[in-house]
Amino acid sequence: MSLLAFFEQLAESPWSVSIHESEIAYSLIESIHVWSMCLFFGLTVIFDLRLLGWTMRKVPVSDFARRLLPWTIAGFVIMAISGVLLFYAIPVRSYQNIFFRFKMILLLLAGLNVWIFHSRVYPEVATWDVDKAPPKPARIAGALSLALWIGVVASGRMIAYNWFDCDRQPQPDIINFLTSCVPTE
Amino acid sequence: MDLLPFFQWCYDTSLGETIRNSTWLFPVIETFHLFGLGLTAGAVLVVNLRLLGVGLSRSPVAQLAAAAQPWLIGGIILMFASGIPLFFAESIKCLYNYAFWVKMISLFLVLIFTFTIQRRVTESGITSERPQVGRLTALVSLALWFGVAGGGRWIGFS
Repeated sequence: MSLLAFFEQLAESPWSVSIHESEIAYSLIESIHVWSMCLFFGLTVIFDLRLLGWTMRKVPVSDFARRLLPWTIAGFVIMAISGVLLFYAIPVRSYQNIFFRFKMILLLLAGLNVWIFHSRVYPEVATWDVDKAPPKPARIAGALSLALWIGVVASGRMIAYNWFDCDRQPQPDIINFLTSCVPTE
Repeated sequence: MDLLPFFQWCYDTSLGETIRNSTWLFPVIETFHLFGLGLTAGAVLVVNLRLLGVGLSRSPVAQLAAAAQPWLIGGIILMFASGIPLFFAESIKCLYNYAFWVKMISLFLVLIFTFTIQRRVTESGITSERPQVGRLTALVSLALWFGVAGGGRWIGFS
């Protein structure tokens, strides 16, 4: 079964239809997505700024990791759950949405950056924990994180707009290719 | 008090009209509004989690609040700089929008609260002897910011 067929089937499931058709449920999940974004994105930005050596230099980086990372992770989990529900409510359109696809790629890259940071850079934190400007690899990880998460937020916000949607033809071939859209006419 | 003339004036400005007539402007400004929200949230949370005793507990409250302040102000400036144009583009809708007023009242209260009461609490060092004072201000601040973000999101739904 193709992904598109799978999402078409998903769109017919009773829960997907219920969320989609309930104004309150969809808006509430969307609000939860925004509130948890404040928690996740807000704390991530502050941590990245600390990694860059731009703020709270007197606070050891390991303090941030120990005390604030659990909150950041909680924010991410709530974002992921609410995000999956938002996708589940409108699966076909989201799957074919160019901004959604771009967001998923950036999310993957941001995840990769987190993984590299925690496996390669952070284990050595004891040697630079209280340095005013952390070493270059840490600063690069902070800058990349900042740029990637800003991209995730921006492309996430744009999913709502239908400029490049499959049901709005004609679109340039490149757009239809990137959105796996086969125009019906 | 009749607010309609003022809201109508905002709506009729060339700024409002330009944004309304553009496909891209509103979404792009909105995105910057979200960046401002994120930055503000980060600065607010670092201080409030510390006051609640579940954040950077080894750093003094006054030191953290002072370090967070420029980012907080930067975030607020970014939110105003993007929020005012958004408001101009759809001010008439806002006038009759219940979420808009929830947001504005929360915003008004939280700004005053943050820069008067909470600031005095974080600067005074009182929280080391009476942590419950800090906890209370953190809860008030978080509840009000919660209303600002939620109300803001809800403006778009109605």
